Amino acid sequence: MSAHAHLHAPVGGPLWTRPFRILVGVFAFCALFFVYRFAAGLGASTALNDGYPWGIWIAFDVVVGTALGCGGYAVALLVYILNRGTYHPLVRPALLTSALGYTMAAVAIHFDVGRPWLLLRVPIFPHHWNLDSALLEVALCVMTYIAVLWLEISPAFMEKWREGPPGFLRRTSEKAAPIVDKALPWLIALGLLLPTMHQSSLGTVMLLTGTKLHPLWSTPLLPLLFLVSCLGMGFAVVVFESALSSGVLGRQRETPMLASLAGIMVPVLAVFSVIRFVDLGLRGKLGLLGTFDLYTGMFLIETLLFLAPAFMLLSPKARNDAGNLFRAAMVMILGGAVYRLDAYIVAFRPGSRFAYFPSFAEMMVSLGVVALEVILYVVIVKHFPILSAPGAEAAVRPARA
Amino acid sequence: MRLLGAFEKDQLPWETPGVDRRDFMKVVTAAAVAVGIPFTVAEQMAEAAVQRKLKPSVIWLHFQECTGCTESLLRTSHPALSTLILDLVSLDYHETLLAAAGHQAEKCLEETMKANEGKYILVIEGAIPVKDDGIYCKIGGRTALELANTVAAKAGAIIAIGSCASWGGIPSADPNPTGATGAPDVLKGKTVVTIPGCPANPYNLLGVVLQYATFGTLPALDELGRPKFAYGRTIHEHCPRRAHFDAGRFVQVFGDAGHREGWCLYKTGCKGPATHANCSVQHFGEVVDAWPIGIGHPCFGCTEKALAFRAPLHSTVDIERPTPPDTYPPIAAAQGRISPLATGVAGALLGAGVVAGAMASRKMETGAPASGKPSGPEKEG
Repeated sequence: MSAHAHLHAPVGGPLWTRPFRILVGVFAFCALFFVYRFAAGLGASTALNDGYPWGIWIAFDVVVGTALGCGGYAVALLVYILNRGTYHPLVRPALLTSALGYTMAAVAIHFDVGRPWLLLRVPIFPHHWNLDSALLEVALCVMTYIAVLWLEISPAFMEKWREGPPGFLRRTSEKAAPIVDKALPWLIALGLLLPTMHQSSLGTVMLLTGTKLHPLWSTPLLPLLFLVSCLGMGFAVVVFESALSSGVLGRQRETPMLASLAGIMVPVLAVFSVIRFVDLGLRGKLGLLGTFDLYTGMFLIETLLFLAPAFMLLSPKARNDAGNLFRAAMVMILGGAVYRLDAYIVAFRPGSRFAYFPSFAEMMVSLGVVALEVILYVVIVKHFPILSAPGAEAAVRPARA
Repeated sequence: MRLLGAFEKDQLPWETPGVDRRDFMKVVTAAAVAVGIPFTVAEQMAEAAVQRKLKPSVIWLHFQECTGCTESLLRTSHPALSTLILDLVSLDYHETLLAAAGHQAEKCLEETMKANEGKYILVIEGAIPVKDDGIYCKIGGRTALELANTVAAKAGAIIAIGSCASWGGIPSADPNPTGATGAPDVLKGKTVVTIPGCPANPYNLLGVVLQYATFGTLPALDELGRPKFAYGRTIHEHCPRRAHFDAGRFVQVFGDAGHREGWCLYKTGCKGPATHANCSVQHFGEVVDAWPIGIGHPCFGCTEKALAFRAPLHSTVDIERPTPPDTYPPIAAAQGRISPLATGVAGALLGAGVVAGAMASRKMETGAPASGKPSGPEKEG
C-alpha cells in the first residue's frame, strides 16, 4: 500500500481560477433554491404530484448520480476481482468520483423526501424495517456504501495529513492508517458487494410499479439491466473524468490505459443491448417498437446511445484516439442517463391525468448539487494525492510482470 | 293588519269555516310557486286575490272524456285545494259538481254567460266529435261542437284541460270513429290554452287561472298553446332517474335487479325524452312519486299527440334534444403543470451540455499531450 505514495500526487496550483469562480457562482445561485425548497416546501418548489411523487431529484441525482458514481465499483471490479493491476492508477480518482457521487445522491434525497429528518430512522430503527422493501435495501446499501467509499479513499487523505503539521489530523491519521490498511480488503469486498446489490435494486424499484411502467422497460430483467448499465456508465465516467481532468487540470494524458479500459466497455454495451432485445423478443413485446409513439422513440434513442459508443470504440485505433474516446464516453454516459431517466420518469405512466416536468427550482437544486460535487472534486484533487502521479504507471508495471 | 281591516264587512273566501287569511295566502302563494311562478309574483297574486275579492266566473264543459281531470283536481289533497279553488273562482257551471240538474242547469249556464260576458273563463274537458256534424256527443240537446263554439264566443279566456280537450286524447285514437278533435282545432282563430295530460296536473290549471285572475293575462305559451312554465321541458330533462340514464344503467325487463334499484326506464319504453311536461318536478296530488316513473313505470307520453295512444307502450323513442352532460366531474382533478420557463431552462442546460461536450472533445483532439513524456502503457503497446 505504500506504493500509493508514488502512484498519486496532489495536482496543486491555484484554487481560485476563473472556471472555479464561475462554478462557485453557479453553486451560490443554486444554493438560493436549496433554501427555497426548505422554506417553501415541496409543493411550492417542485412540479411533483400524486402521480409523480418523485422527480429529477431521485431520477437524476440519485439514480443517474449513483450510476455515475459506479466508476469506483467498475474499476475496483477490474483491479481487485479480475486482478488487472494496470488500472490501479485509476482506482483513486474513480473512488473519489464515486464517494462524491454517492454523497451528493444522499444530499439530493434530503431535498426529495418530505420529512428528511426522519431519514435518520432508517439505520437506527431496525425494528421498523420492512424486509420486503426494495427501497429499504437501496437506502441501507447506499448509506453503508457511502461510508465504505470514504473509508476506501481515506488513505489518500491520511497520506497528506500524516505529512502535515502536528495536530489532531496528524495524530488521528497516524493512529487510523494502520487500521484502515488492515481493513481495506474487507472494505474493498464490501465496496464490490454493495453496489451490486443496490444498483440492481434500483431496477427492482421500478419493476414493482408493474403495469405503470411501459412494457418496453418493465421486464423481470430490469435489475440486471440496471446493473449492467451502471457498469458501462462507471467505466465511461472513469474515461470521461480522466480525459477531462487531463485536459482541464493540465495532467498527463492516460489515453492508452483509457483505451484499453474502453475495450472492456464494448462487450458491456453489447451485452446490455442484446439482453434488452432478446428479453423483448421472448416476452413478445418487440411489436411495440412498431407503434412509433414517444416510448418507441425514447427506446430507439437509448438503443442508439448504447450501440453508438460500442461501434465508436470497436477498433483499437479508434480507442486510442483521445477525441473519439472522450466522445464515446460522453455518449455512453448520456445513454445510461437517458435509460435511467426513462425508466424512472418518461416510461412511468401513473395515469392520463398526471403530468410531470421538473420545475425551475428542481433543476436549479440538481444543478447546484452537481456544481457542489465538481467544486469538492476540484478542491480535493488539488490538495490530496488522488490523481496519478507522473510516471506512476511505470512503477506499477514490474509488479504485474 | 291594515288590509285585514278593510275586509271586515264582507265575507271573504278565507272566512269560510276552517280557512283563515293566513292559510289562504299560504295556499295561493304555494300553489303559484309550485307551478314555477316567481315567489314575488305569487305574493302579488295572493294580495290581489285578497284585495279585489276576485272570483272570476268559470264555466266548465265536459265532452268526450272520462272526468279524470276533474277527479284529479278534486283529489288535490294538501292543502285542501279543491275547497280553495272553488272559493277562489266562482265555479258557476260544472256538470260534475253542479247541484242543479236538467233545465235548471241549462239556465245556470246561460245566466252565467250573460252576466260575465267577455270575462268568464271557459274550461273545456274532453274531445269534441266533429264527424257527422258532431252528433256523437250531445248535452241538453246541443252537440259538443255547438256548445263549444257558443260558449267560447263570449269567453275571456279558454282553457283546454287534459289531452282530450288539447288534441283529442284517447277518443281520437285510431280509428277515431267519432272524429274526436281537440278544442284548438275546433275553435280556430281563438287563443286556447292547452293543458294536456292524462290527467292534466291540476297545478298547471291553477297557475293559469291564477295569472288570468290576477293580471288578466295568460302565461307564455308554446306553439301548441301549452304554458311554457309547465311544458317547456321534457320529462327526461328533469327526471329523477336521469343519473342512471347518463351512467348507462337501464332496466332491461320489468322486475329485474335494475328495476328494483330504480334505474332508468328508457329501454322499457319510457317516452320521457320526447314528452313535454312537468310531472317529474310536480307530482300529482302532492303525493311524493305519484306519477308513472315515480312508481316504476315508463312515462307513456300522455301529453304528446304523437305518442299517447299511438306509439306502442313499450317501444323506445328517439332522444329529442339530447342533453348529455358535456363533462363528467373528475374523480380527482388533473395534476401536474409544465412551466414554459422550466422547459426552456432544461433545453438551455441540455444545449449548454452538448456544446461543452463538443468543445471539450475538440480540445481532446487538437490539444497536444500535456506532457511530452510518454506514459507507461504507451511504451508497453
